[in-house]
Amino acid sequence: MDVEKYIASGILELYIAGILSEEENLEIANYAKEYPEIQKEIEAIEASILALSKKASPGFNYSFKSLMDRINGEVKVIPINEKRSTPLLSYVGWAASLLLAVGLFWMYQQNEDLKSNIQIVEKQNVDLEQQIADTDSSLEQTQELLNTLRDQNISVIALGGQAVSPTSYAKAYWNKENQKVFIDAKGLPEPPDGFVYQVWSLKLSPLTPTSMGLLEDFATDENKVFALNNPNESEAFGITLEPAGGSESPNLEQLYTLGVVATS
Amino acid sequence: MQLDLLVDQFKKKDPTAFEKLYGMYSDNICGVINTIVKNDALAQEICQDVFIKIWNNCESYNSSKGRFFTWILNIARNAAIDEIRSRSYKNDKKNLSADYFVGILQNKEEEESSTVDTKGLRNLVKNLKEKCVQIIELLYFRGYTQKDAAEELDIPIGTVKTRNRSCISQLRDNMAVR
Repeated sequence: MDVEKYIASGILELYIAGILSEEENLEIANYAKEYPEIQKEIEAIEASILALSKKASPGFNYSFKSLMDRINGEVKVIPINEKRSTPLLSYVGWAASLLLAVGLFWMYQQNEDLKSNIQIVEKQNVDLEQQIADTDSSLEQTQELLNTLRDQNISVIALGGQAVSPTSYAKAYWNKENQKVFIDAKGLPEPPDGFVYQVWSLKLSPLTPTSMGLLEDFATDENKVFALNNPNESEAFGITLEPAGGSESPNLEQLYTLGVVATS
Repeated sequence: MQLDLLVDQFKKKDPTAFEKLYGMYSDNICGVINTIVKNDALAQEICQDVFIKIWNNCESYNSSKGRFFTWILNIARNAAIDEIRSRSYKNDKKNLSADYFVGILQNKEEEESSTVDTKGLRNLVKNLKEKCVQIIELLYFRGYTQKDAAEELDIPIGTVKTRNRSCISQLRDNMAVR
């Protein structure tokens, strides 16, 4: 072991700096015990660093007593410091989470509102579609009705108002071929509760009434056109107001309209 | 060796031994910290924290790992470097290299009330070349490895050891002259 050379390598300076590996540190510690020159050199290097670092000192250090006071009091000091910093942080944390919760609740509310709006709109949609369908079928019925009335076999009989209700009127469209009569009752007032209009086929001499049927659901029927069967050789048509369910023979007191079939 | 005995006592949590070690090294440790934080009051605060840490961890020192001073030097510079990092000081190496411990000299001359022994420090480093100041700062006060110091100074890694040796020799000469 060449001690001189070892010292000259500069490794002992690094040893004092504390930047060598553990193996190197251990090796030098052993050499220092073995070779007094190395031990002496180490101390001299350390002394130079001690001198240099001492010059950079702030100059007045805390007394050892104040250091020991802190060491003995440290257990008390640290919790106070921690307590001081914790509340602010936890307040901020709680505030943030509260804000988040409020925000989430608000978004949830908004979402629910939108959902219910969508439901309302959807229901309106369904209603509108239903209306369109109703209108379509009503239009079809009207077309059908119009076609029926335009049939060339139809004879039109105007029924004029009678003593009970002079302003009333009605029309009968009679298709003799298929024995059907359509009564257009738009000119009749709504029957009172418990009463119904009844249509009669009349033979004039002698006067023989035959019931053709009732104008049921008068109030709710939109176009007030009613289809009835008429197998009779009618000479006139009359409409009377009868108690609900109709009568065997007409109550001529309550004859609203009457019309005679033109003979051709 | 008296120092070894003292350290043994200290490891047994003997306050008297600790007081003696504090008397021996507190100026040096506070000085090392001051070269890093460059703030007297802050350096003293950290310095006290470091000695508390040393006391609380006294069992972990083992003489086979190095000198006692080297052990506390390491604790001190780690604490100081942690401090400036946590205070988000600009810590990139360029800034550091522009401001070595001799910077303390200039600072201290400006504030006359300072208690730093500027005259002594000035005498101690008077013949030291810039590259010596740099390498001593990096290795002793910053704890750079040889590799890191070689990169920082842009010199071959083998040069670090020899240059440092000659710089320390010069420092020792300056001490002897004084």
